[in-house]
Amino acid sequence: MSGGERIERTIGILGAGKLGTVLARLATAAGYRVLIAGSGAVDRIALIVEVMAPDAIATTAEGVVAEADVVILAAPLGKVRSLPLDALSGAGAIVVDATNYWWPVDGILPDFEQAELSSSEIVRNLMPGARLVKTFNHMGYHELDTEARPAGHPDRKALAIASDDPTALMIVAEVVDAMGFDTIDAGALAEGVRFEPGTSAFGATASRVALLTMLEAGDSPAVARGRMSR
Amino acid sequence: MELGIYTFGDLKAHPLTGERESTHARLLRLIELAKTADRAGLDVIALGEHHRKDYVISAPEVVLGSMAAVTTRIRLSTSVTVLSTQDPVRVYQQFATIDQISGGRAEIMAGRGAFVESFPLFGYHLDDYEELFDEKIRLLLELRDNEVVTWQGRLRPSLDGALISPRAFQDRLPVWIGVGGTPQSAVRAGALGTPMFMSFFQGPDSGRRLVDLYHRAAASAGHDPGSLKTASGGHLYISRKSQTARDEYYPYYSDYFTQLPQFARGMPREVFEQWVDSGLIVGSPQEVIDKILRHREILGVDRYVGQIEVGSLPGELVNASLELFAEEVAPVLRRETAVTPNPT
Ligand SMILES: NC(=O)c1ccc[n+]([C@@H]2O[C@H](COP(=O)([O-])OP(=O)(O)OC[C@H]3O[C@@H](n4cnc5c(N)ncnc54)[C@H](OP(=O)(O)O)[C@@H]3O)[C@@H](O)[C@H]2O)c1
Repeated sequence: MSGGERIERTIGILGAGKLGTVLARLATAAGYRVLIAGSGAVDRIALIVEVMAPDAIATTAEGVVAEADVVILAAPLGKVRSLPLDALSGAGAIVVDATNYWWPVDGILPDFEQAELSSSEIVRNLMPGARLVKTFNHMGYHELDTEARPAGHPDRKALAIASDDPTALMIVAEVVDAMGFDTIDAGALAEGVRFEPGTSAFGATASRVALLTMLEAGDSPAVARGRMSR
Repeated sequence: MELGIYTFGDLKAHPLTGERESTHARLLRLIELAKTADRAGLDVIALGEHHRKDYVISAPEVVLGSMAAVTTRIRLSTSVTVLSTQDPVRVYQQFATIDQISGGRAEIMAGRGAFVESFPLFGYHLDDYEELFDEKIRLLLELRDNEVVTWQGRLRPSLDGALISPRAFQDRLPVWIGVGGTPQSAVRAGALGTPMFMSFFQGPDSGRRLVDLYHRAAASAGHDPGSLKTASGGHLYISRKSQTARDEYYPYYSDYFTQLPQFARGMPREVFEQWVDSGLIVGSPQEVIDKILRHREILGVDRYVGQIEVGSLPGELVNASLELFAEEVAPVLRRETAVTPNPT
């Protein structure tokens, strides 16, 4: 997306579903080396990767974590405990949490019903050593696929980003920019609640300015989480 | 190309008056809908399966059975049968029965569904989400193809020379797989060689890769490309004029989506306009023709089915939209697509 010069960084993606394959496509288009894994053996996703993100490399979840500089979580939250948590935590990896507590598919997950923590803080607590950054979660995969634009494009859309680690946040913001989106620094990981399901920012495909207004609306899903009409 | 409609049997309170139709009246209205679609010459009507208060159909087989008795030509299908939480033996028996009553017009469209209420309801674990569907679709195809079945799986008791009766009226009851965008599901449909249905909220472009995956998975499993079939669908609303269609549809559409986390406060009008501009099939008859033709061009689909009811959209609007679909849209599409496309 940005100019085409090769950025020497390896992006890993855990999850080869709707979101994971779109992110893999955007990351390879940005010039990154991209590793992607599903929950199982490589041959289960080989054809998927070949068709959906032909320049990405299909591997195992362990392979992704061992080699990637930045690992994006794109698996359902209900499966979070099946991820290589120790490896993610131990290596001090930069981990991008793109997941949501999505009750229509995840069902009720008691771990994530705690309204006082953002879902990304709960994820981070499962991999305490990881440098966790929350982003990508609030835009649909279809929009991520079709709305990526080079920096400076008048129709460019923005993604909110939050982390307790400012350096990790900066690195991921650079990756997001290369993949075709502006970012808005929403602050610490706890601020992730401002773009979780139930907020106005959630589901938004909006410019920087418009997204800023939504984030400042200050609504938090504390009321909504776990209590929406279901 | 084949053309039809589908519905979930929405039973949502009107956003302004708060009134909700009675279950009795709503079900009778569905049966009327099938009669109208049948008389109007549409090829298929399909019903969803939900276990939520906002939808009246949790037992589509029963409703389809009633429809079978009062229609003559239209095919009767589901959109989708949540196979993961049903017993494939019972599913086959019920659809074989509908097929017999209707003289060979039944189909099953199996899928994982967009909601998960049926898991706790029928005692299944969400942890087995993938495996349940995978095991049950394979069993269902066995039952469809063999009268006596010996089978062993992990999540359902084995069958040992079990007689599956009655058999369907058709030699092979059509079993489709409905795919919501998950690549693995397209691979599964291809590998099993079943026809595949895809639904879209916006334009069909994202389906291009799914169709490619489907065909390649089918080829590597050795299925004859000529035996493969695809269909597409999504919400459908037609009015005389383009702007009227948007204005009439928007309030109900927005209200409908409040059940999803991203639109808990309703769908903003700009988002709606963006969806319509990028392919949501809402518009005048000519716009709808063009949009459905795009599905055909991009995906090579053999069938299009439109979700004709949504949320609390009033019956009069549904009927008017259906009438335009059957009388002004369908004849043109049939003419324009009389030649089989080459799927890309
Ligand atoms: N869909 C969207 O528009 C969207 C947008 C933003 C965020 N999200 C979030 O992104 C996450 C994924 O959503 P999705 O829609 O992409 O789901 P999906 O299509 O169901 O895909 C999920 C993927 O995760 C993989 N997976 C499961 N357990 C895994 C493990 N232990 N290691 C590696 N991969 C594993 C699955 O692989 P197998 O098939 O091999 O099990 C599958 O490829 C969710 O948390 C969702 O809320 C989704």
